[in-house]
Parts: sequence; C-alpha cells; structure tokens
Amino acid sequence: MAKATSKLATESIKLENHDPEKIKARLLAKYPPKVARKRAKQIVVNKVDRDGKVPVISSNVRTVPGLIGQRGCCYAGCKGVVLGPTRDIINITHGPIGCGYYSWLTRRNQTDPDKAANGQASDGHNFMTYCFSTDMQDEEIIFGGEKKLKQAIQEAYDNFKPKAIAVFSTCPVGLIGDDVHAVCREMKAKLGINVFGFSCEGYKGVSQSAGHHIANNGIFTHVVGLDDTITAGKYRINLLGEYNIGGDAFEIERLFERCGITLVSSYSGNSSIDAFANSHTADLNLIMCHRSINYVAEMMETKYGVPWIKVNFIGAAATAKSLRKIAQYFDEEELTAQVEAVIADELPAVTAACEEIRPRTVGKRAMLFVGGSRAHHYQELFGELGIKTLSAGYEFGHRDDYEGRRVLPDIKVDADSRNIEELEIQPDPERFHPRIDEAKRKTLEAEGLGFSDYEGMMPEMPDGSMVIDDLSQYETDELIRIFKPDLFCAGIKEKYAVQKHGIPLKQLHSYDYGGPYAGFKGAINFYKEIDRMVNSRVWEYMQAPWEASPELSATYAWE
Amino acid sequence: MRSVKQTAPYTATQNACNLCAPLGAALVFKGIANALPLLHGSQGCSTYIRRYMISHFKEPLDIACSNFGEDTAIFGGGANLKLALDNIRRQYHPELIGIATTCLSETIGDDVPMFIQAYKAAFQNACRDEQLPALVHVATPSYQGTHMEGFHGAVRALIQTLAGREAAEGPPAMNLFPGMVSPADLRHLKEIVIDFGLEATVVPDYSDTLNGPLWTEYQRIPEGGTPVNALRRAGAGVASLECGLLLAAEKETAGTWLATQFDVPLHRQGLPIGISQSDRLFDTLAAVSGKAIPQKYTDQRGRLLDALVDGHKHLSGVRVAIFGEEDLVAGLAAFCGELGIFPVLCATGGGRGRFADTVRKVMPDYCRDQMQILEDVDFVTIEKKLAEMDGEVDLLIGHSKGYTMSRRLGKPLIRVGFPVHDRVDGSRLLHLGYRGAQQLFDRIANTLIQVKQERNEIGYTYF
Ligand code: SF4
Ligand code: SF4
Repeated sequence: MAKATSKLATESIKLENHDPEKIKARLLAKYPPKVARKRAKQIVVNKVDRDGKVPVISSNVRTVPGLIGQRGCCYAGCKGVVLGPTRDIINITHGPIGCGYYSWLTRRNQTDPDKAANGQASDGHNFMTYCFSTDMQDEEIIFGGEKKLKQAIQEAYDNFKPKAIAVFSTCPVGLIGDDVHAVCREMKAKLGINVFGFSCEGYKGVSQSAGHHIANNGIFTHVVGLDDTITAGKYRINLLGEYNIGGDAFEIERLFERCGITLVSSYSGNSSIDAFANSHTADLNLIMCHRSINYVAEMMETKYGVPWIKVNFIGAAATAKSLRKIAQYFDEEELTAQVEAVIADELPAVTAACEEIRPRTVGKRAMLFVGGSRAHHYQELFGELGIKTLSAGYEFGHRDDYEGRRVLPDIKVDADSRNIEELEIQPDPERFHPRIDEAKRKTLEAEGLGFSDYEGMMPEMPDGSMVIDDLSQYETDELIRIFKPDLFCAGIKEKYAVQKHGIPLKQLHSYDYGGPYAGFKGAINFYKEIDRMVNSRVWEYMQAPWEASPELSATYAWE
Repeated sequence: MRSVKQTAPYTATQNACNLCAPLGAALVFKGIANALPLLHGSQGCSTYIRRYMISHFKEPLDIACSNFGEDTAIFGGGANLKLALDNIRRQYHPELIGIATTCLSETIGDDVPMFIQAYKAAFQNACRDEQLPALVHVATPSYQGTHMEGFHGAVRALIQTLAGREAAEGPPAMNLFPGMVSPADLRHLKEIVIDFGLEATVVPDYSDTLNGPLWTEYQRIPEGGTPVNALRRAGAGVASLECGLLLAAEKETAGTWLATQFDVPLHRQGLPIGISQSDRLFDTLAAVSGKAIPQKYTDQRGRLLDALVDGHKHLSGVRVAIFGEEDLVAGLAAFCGELGIFPVLCATGGGRGRFADTVRKVMPDYCRDQMQILEDVDFVTIEKKLAEMDGEVDLLIGHSKGYTMSRRLGKPLIRVGFPVHDRVDGSRLLHLGYRGAQQLFDRIANTLIQVKQERNEIGYTYF
C-alpha cells in the first residue's frame, strides 16, 4: 500500500477538507445517546480567541464502562509514576500479586545510584529492579492483611536495610479495611526508619491522576522538610515532573551543570529520598509535567515560599527558552551570560541536524494521545521538523492542562475527585521565607515570566485541530481510518493496533526504548528517530507486487 | 534427597514468578473468534494486563473493563457490567464476551452469574432482531490462583457454558486443549492435526489473533480464533486431548466435563515437549484418526534424533535451572532428561502442591533424587537457591523475568514460554512437537557452544 499523499493544510488546520463536526459525529455514532452526550463534551474542535481563551473541554471524568481506553489506575499513578523512580525507597505493594507485578520496572525511568544527593556519600541503594508485594491470599482477604504487611516490611528491612519503606494499597485493601497508615506508624517506630503508606486504591479517582495527587500529598507530608541543610551551590532549583524516561533527566542535568545551575532535587527521575527531604531549601521550582506534580509545587510555595514556573525541555527552542527563564528569575549577569554561552554553543548542532532532516519530514501529519503533558510538549519537536499535529489529547489531563490554569476557578469538582484529599497547608512559622519580594515578582511578571502559571495545550494549537480527551481504542481506529496520519504517538497498548495499518507509532511513555529526547542532544535524537520512522523502507514493501492495484489503497484509507 | 516442597523463607513475595488470574482468562478469550475479553473490576487491572500481554505478543489486544469507581466498589458492579456489555456490543459486535472478575469484584462478592442472567432477560425483552453475544463468565480471584488457574478456568468455563452436540459438519472433529503455549505452537499443532485428516477445535486458538499479518483492511476484532459454533459442537467431538502434566491431575477440566456430560473420550498427557511426550501426541492422533503417522513427522522425528546423536557431546552433563509455568517447566524438565542435561533446579510460582511429584515422575533415575524442585516461589528465593549451588548451573531456561538473575549470575538464559518481552520472537517461539524439540535443542546447543567459544583462548571455529 502506498502512503497516502497528504494535501498540505494551510495555516489554521483545515483537517484536509474534513468537516471536524462531521468527524466528531462519526466518532460518536456507535455510542448509546447518554454515552455520546458525555463523549461529545470531551471531543472539541479547537478555536483560540484573541486573548487566548479556548473552548471548554470536559476532562478528568470517569471513563465509561466498556470503552477501552488508555488509562491506568490510581495505584499506577502513585506507585508506578511518582514514587517508582526513586531508587532508595523500598516500595511494597499491599495487595494480590498482579498489581505489583505489572508495575515492576515497566516504566523506563533511569537512575544513577552512584550519584548521591547533595554531595553526600552514595549508599548505592537501588531497589527499582525489585518488586515487593504482600501477595495477598484468601486468608488475608478474609481475615485482614495487616499482619502480613508488617512481616513484609520487617523482611524488606532485614534484607536490605533501606532508608525508607513506602506501602501502596491496591483495590482489595480498601475494601477489607486494613489500616496501612497505622501499620506504617508502628513499623516506623519499631525500625527507626521512615515508613509511610499511601491509600491509592485503584478505584479512587478516574485515572492515574488521582494517584499523582495522593503521592504528592504523601511525599510532602512524610518527607519534604525533614532536612534543612542548605547545601553548596548557586542558583538552587528543583526540577518537578521529570521522570527520567530514556535518560531525559540526565540530559537536563547536563545542561544545568554547564550553566552553573544547582539541582537540589528532581521529582522523581534519578531521584533519592534524601533530596526530597531537602528540596524545600531550593530557591525555585521548575515544573515539567504540570499534571502530575503541581500539587507539591503549590504546597512548597505556601509552606516555604518557593515560587514555581512552568518549563519545557522538550524541543530545542523550548529548552533554550526554559534556560533563559531560569536566568531571568535569578537575574544575575554571571548566570545569564553562562546560559547564553551554553545555548550558543549547543544550538548550532541541533539546527544543523534539523535542517538536514526537515526536508524529509516537512508536511507530515501527526497525532498525539498520551499522558498529561507530553501530548503538548512534543508538539514543539514536531513543529521543528515541520510536522503538523492534526489532533491531540491527554490520557489523564485536567481542564487546566488543556485550557490553562486560568480556568481553575471554574472547574467543577465531581464525586470522583472530591474523594482525593486536598491538604490544608499553612506557612511554616520558622521556615517560610518568600524567595523574591512582591515588587520583584511584579517586575518579572511584567517582563513576561509567568509564576504559578501554565497556559495549557489548546492555546498553542491551531484553530480547527481536534482535541480529544481520554481517547478510546475504538475512536483511535476511526481516526486512523479517516486521516491516515503519517505518525501516531501514544503508548505500547496502542502501538501494534496502529502499526497494523502500516502507520508508525512512536511510544511517548517508554520512548520505544530509545531516548533521551529532552534538551539539545535529545532533540537531535528525536529528529533522527522520527526520520527513521516515517521514512523507513519497510513502507515500500507493504503491498506485495501481485496486489498492486490503486483501488486497494483507497479502500484501505477511506473504508 | 535434597528436594523441598515449600522453601519460600519469606512471607512476602519479592520478584514474583507468576502472574495474576485474569491475565490467563483474557488470553483464552483472545483465542475465540470474534470475541472480546471484559474484566469486571476497576480499570487498572485491565490496563495493566493489556499492557503486559502486548509487550509479549506485540499485537493489538483489546480488553474491556467495567470500570469500577469508589461508589461501585461499595454498592456493587451490576450496573457497570450492564453498561459495559451494552457499549461493547455497539462498538464491536462480538459473538462472545468473556467476563473475568478481578480481585476487587471478587472481594466485594459480586454475583456475576446473576448479573448475566438479568442482562439476558432484559435483552430478550428489548431487542428481538439482534443476536445476543454469548456471555461466558469465569471467576478469577488472584488471591486464590495464578494466571494458570485463570487460563484453565476460562477454558473450562467456555466448554461448560457453550458445549453441546449440535450436528457437526465436515470431517470428524476432536477437541484439543493445548494449554498455555505460543501462537507458533498452536499453528504447529493445527498443522499436525490436519495432516491426520482430522478437524480440531483448539481451545483457545490465538495463533492468528495474537500473531497475525499486517492488515490490508480494517479489523475491529483481529481475525482468527476458535469459532463459537465449534465450541457449541464440542460435545459431539470424537475425542478430547488435554495437554499438561499438572492439568492432567485436575478433577474438573474442560476435558473431564466433556467426558462425563457427553462421553467424549479424553486423552491426557503432558505438553508435547521433547521426544516421549511428542510420541504420545502422535500415537493418540493416529489412534483417534485411524491413520498412520504421516511420513513428514516420522522424518522430523528421525532428523531430531540424528541431531541428538551428533550433538549429545555438547549437552551431556550440562546443568540447567528451569523456571516458569508449572506444565511448561515439567515438560522442559522431561525433555532435558532425554537430552542428558541435568535440571538441577525446577521452579514455578504456582504448582498447587503437585509440582514436585509431577516433575519427579518424568525424570530419569540419574537426576530424579538430586533435583531442587520448588513451587510457589519467587525469584529472590530461586536466586538464593542457585547461589547456594554456587557454580553448579551452566544455563537458565525460562521467561524474560529471569533476565536480571541471569545477568547477576553470568549464566545465559534460553527464553521460553511467557512472558518474553526482551526479544522480538515471543509469539514465534516453537516448543511443541519434534520440530519444537529440534528448535529448543538447537538453541540450547548453540548457546552452550557460544559460551565455550567465547571462553576459549584460541578461538576455535569448529565445534
Ligand atoms: S487486583 Fe487482582 S486482578 Fe487486579 S491486577 Fe491485582 S492481582 Fe490482578
Ligand atoms: S486492583 Fe486496583 S490497584 Fe490493582 S491494578 Fe487493579 S485497579 Fe489498580
């Protein structure tokens, strides 16, 4: 089958002469009326008005039973995403075996156990290759699992002597009523190490997102602020919401180091619990994935006075811009000069790579349905390659991730979200100190540095593109058939279904075991990877010579 | 005797060697034509299980879910199940929906059979011109069993729910319950049965659904699988063949049920791995079909033995550790015995208390009493045992989760079974029949030669 030749759209995307409303109707056609009404609010044709306002998109709402979606559970967000990448905490899954097994080293977070936090000696601990589970049996389901949990904690301690142990509850635990927090308190007192639990049963909330919030709360309550040492180094920052998939954080760390910026902690790629404990001493929080980590940033600002700004290290231009933002914040000539020197030094190689590859990628069309920030961030890299994003959406984003934080006051809290605790945070009587005063903040804001702000994905997408929240497998298939894009970005669950159509799928959760894609070097990697994918010779052989008939590929694309 | 029945020194599980029950059930339902698996519980389980199976099969693999929320967890999942069934019907028009429970719906005690009854009744009242898909339910609480129990349970549920004696057309059909094997294995078994002039209802048959070609046209549910109609005729089968040494000791299986309800003669044996179990397979098929073993297969057997004679020097006395699904490990251990390899350790995460006896029975005298046979164990325990045997193992045979262990021990790992997510050929690995034995033999011998070659200072190129 020959690849469909795309007619290039003009500036605002025209969806190649499709009427987006008709496409929307087609996506909804098979659903019962009630389901169709619900989904209709989650499928939006983008339109950005003069002051950056976009249409309302319903998101962070429960997936309808029977719609096969991308989302995981609260436990997956808490244990798998946020806490999983921390090498020196032993994570014990309290539940039957599956939940723990499936989250055993499945994300590709990398870590460097030899590099200790804040210049301390490394203990070399790395428990990420282990999967600890209470492996509940009948007996515990009937009589309760607290006893087994205590034993599991004791055994983990005896075996590995870790600094900290965290316990994660799965669905059955919530039902049988085990008090994991009481068990953790008891074991903490007994063992003299930090032991804390998370009530992150999978049925809570509507997606991983609930688990991120619970993880943020737990880390903030049990770890942040335990160590007040102000370590050496200038321009002390935390990098939040960067999970070091494929070594992204290593590349960002490399750039910080070159610029003379000191990384106090990162949440939670290549992270250590010691760094979390100390992270409130930093002077600025940078947020990569707004969705999964904004709670910690908000709480840190309220309690300790550390401001936060949104950054994005995906894309060469975005990386340069983010580095400049940091320099702007610290406002010291030395740093500004160094940041500019690094950009000037690194950018030419990126530009050269882009120029070499771009003629082969320009005009291609992509779709991105992934996560809670990547569907936005990766549009940067595609833009650099001249690839258009026809349609995009998040798996577990909220309205603020789509429309920007300006809509926060309007977000209705439904029953599913109400159950996720919001911590009441007060300024710390001794340790609260605002890192910059109001006047300075105002000046910086006037100069364009947005504090505590994220503009969201939709204001940056062209009018007419389709934004779809919580895309189902069924809708994925329809979109593929309608548009036959040149590239689809999602995860492993979608990968092989899309590729059966002869369309390459780039995994943006695991990076297809490649990466890094962040920073300057990462951008070059990504350009090469996309070039390889969309221009692979394999597409030429898709149709056997004896099948060559033009009608065939037409039916293929348009049913 | 050094063997221990239950050696796990710990209460908790560290790096498990088994998966959870609904995974096995979902795999079975993927092997039915035009069917969709549905997990009754919260969405995390179905997403994890989908994600996990896809990493092995590298194929589209849809599993629906009834999507419990906090309120569902408290008030029960009846309404969710109904809505899920409605939506699946409208999107996918399946002929069968296979419903497996998760730990959550089991813990709250949802009465799924009752929900299904109610759904059927309501359906009959409402839509007269539409056919209701077959609804098959299997209870799969993972706190009671592993993915293997889920697998066999789903096979049994399919037969118990659907099998009857509706008139069969075509050549005499036999029922084949191959166990949890690879798509390549299933393809090979089907080829063998056809060569005997038999028609077989293979349950499950995911040889196409989970290892299919690129699509030239769109498929809502990938093509292939056991036709639902064939399941309905299973009671009229000329015979049933059920594979798996441990399965053979189960009291109630799909095979025993067909035997008691419909008098379908039941043949039971181990997975046809290696020479003697493959011989049994061919003997049985010859008996059932009344035909001689086709020349093609006697040739395959001949070539296999020729290779064993020539290659025995590479394998004799080699010590291996085997881990994975209980029936697979038992089959591989027996094959190793035939090759002159000494399986010093056999381990499984399941086993149901019967593993050690079953394995020991099929082993030759020279190693029977000196093997470590561990059941219900995790990798930390397996690795500890191996460390105690310091240097006594040359090779590991098992699935991808053994990789970290192989790396730490510096011993090569021959990948077999499920999951194999760190190689490209998980679906294409062949274990069964003379041809499967040949491939296993080649892979084992070549790996051993490679080790020898690399360690050799001169770098010989003849072995
Ligand atoms: S709750 Fe049970 S069914 Fe779900 S993933 Fe965990 S072990 Fe498997
Ligand atoms: S049982 Fe609950 S916690 Fe475990 S995987 Fe399923 S949804 Fe997630």
